[in-house]
Amino acid sequence: MPKVKVATIWFSGCSGCHMSFLDLDERLVELAQKVDIVYSPVVDIKEFPDGVELTLVEGAVGNSDHREMLLEIRKKTKLLVAFGDCAVTGNVPSMRNPLPREEVLRSVYGEGEIPGLEEGEVPKLLPQALPLSMVVPVDGFIHGCPPPADRIWRFLQRLLSGESPTLVGEDLRFG
Amino acid sequence: MIHLEIDGRAITARPGQTILEAAEGAGIRIPTLCHLKGLSPWGSCRICLVEIANWNGRLVPACATQVQEGMRVVATSPRLTELRRRVLELLFAERNHICAICVSSGHCELQDLACELGMEVVRVPYRFPGLALDASHGKFVYDPNRCVLCGRCVRACSEVEGAMTWGFSGRGIHTTVEPDLGGPWGSAETCTECGKCLEACPVGALVERGKATAEQEKEPQLLAQLTERRPRA
Repeated sequence: MPKVKVATIWFSGCSGCHMSFLDLDERLVELAQKVDIVYSPVVDIKEFPDGVELTLVEGAVGNSDHREMLLEIRKKTKLLVAFGDCAVTGNVPSMRNPLPREEVLRSVYGEGEIPGLEEGEVPKLLPQALPLSMVVPVDGFIHGCPPPADRIWRFLQRLLSGESPTLVGEDLRFG
Repeated sequence: MIHLEIDGRAITARPGQTILEAAEGAGIRIPTLCHLKGLSPWGSCRICLVEIANWNGRLVPACATQVQEGMRVVATSPRLTELRRRVLELLFAERNHICAICVSSGHCELQDLACELGMEVVRVPYRFPGLALDASHGKFVYDPNRCVLCGRCVRACSEVEGAMTWGFSGRGIHTTVEPDLGGPWGSAETCTECGKCLEACPVGALVERGKATAEQEKEPQLLAQLTERRPRA
């Protein structure tokens, strides 16, 4: 049986969801028999490939790069999954949303030239950090900050066995 | 006795009981948020909506509707789950509910409802309002970012404590709860520091000072225990 092409990516978040993914521990070996990780912060591939079956997106959409990348991923991926609370709700990155973008950047960088204020070497910070579903259609959701490894495993197992991966009950707990 | 039907089951209830009380008596679960035993029925949050089949499917809040002879109540259906979930999504979108950093995470009725009602994602845009936290009180903190405007603090303060410190201010989307007609809680002269508002609050809007993430547990059942010991005003 051909392996399922899986990608993961990390936007405006803390990488905690990816750490939790690695917490699958020995289950990663079982997973590796069924899937190929074709793009991810944990593998060294620069271009997002075509024909990806599943992409787990960690983090909110916080800057112009995230936005462009998400639109590209949506075109190249069959199932796009919001991976963790930041991707599902905006979560901690969205705490800046009530404040003006420039004020946020100035409080971090002080006076003078501010990276991210305009498009440059550093991508432009969007006015608000948004959940993925406010930018593109999303096919699945894994709640949690970070999602516990067992929850990620339940989601992946259902998906790989061809069932609807929709989580229920306690697996829908935020935070 | 009044005879009615809830989810196809024949039920008897006392006159004056609400649909919610009749359902609870029969072991039928109806989710609630603004309702709290010991406080007057409110009917504002719409989480407990049920359908009355022989009133042309009309939707009523179970917590604030009295039972009537021959009523056929639908308390569980895909339509109701979808409606309740929509209401919940609006509540999540209205303020800044960030469970990951909330002192009430793991002990929060709003978070519990998201699990119970199967809320995968909020389908309306979040408002991200800019609301100032009030930490002026020596014992408690009020964070309006987490408030769901259920009014349980307002009712606990007026109906059980009799202090009437908490009240609503503003209209519609601008509604907030405020101590002593606005101004910092720390200088509210009517506040007796009893903490009933905090125990009644279903979320992390009213909390004890010094609690860290997920540390704030509450005992909302205290309000009923207090009121059952004395006649209600």
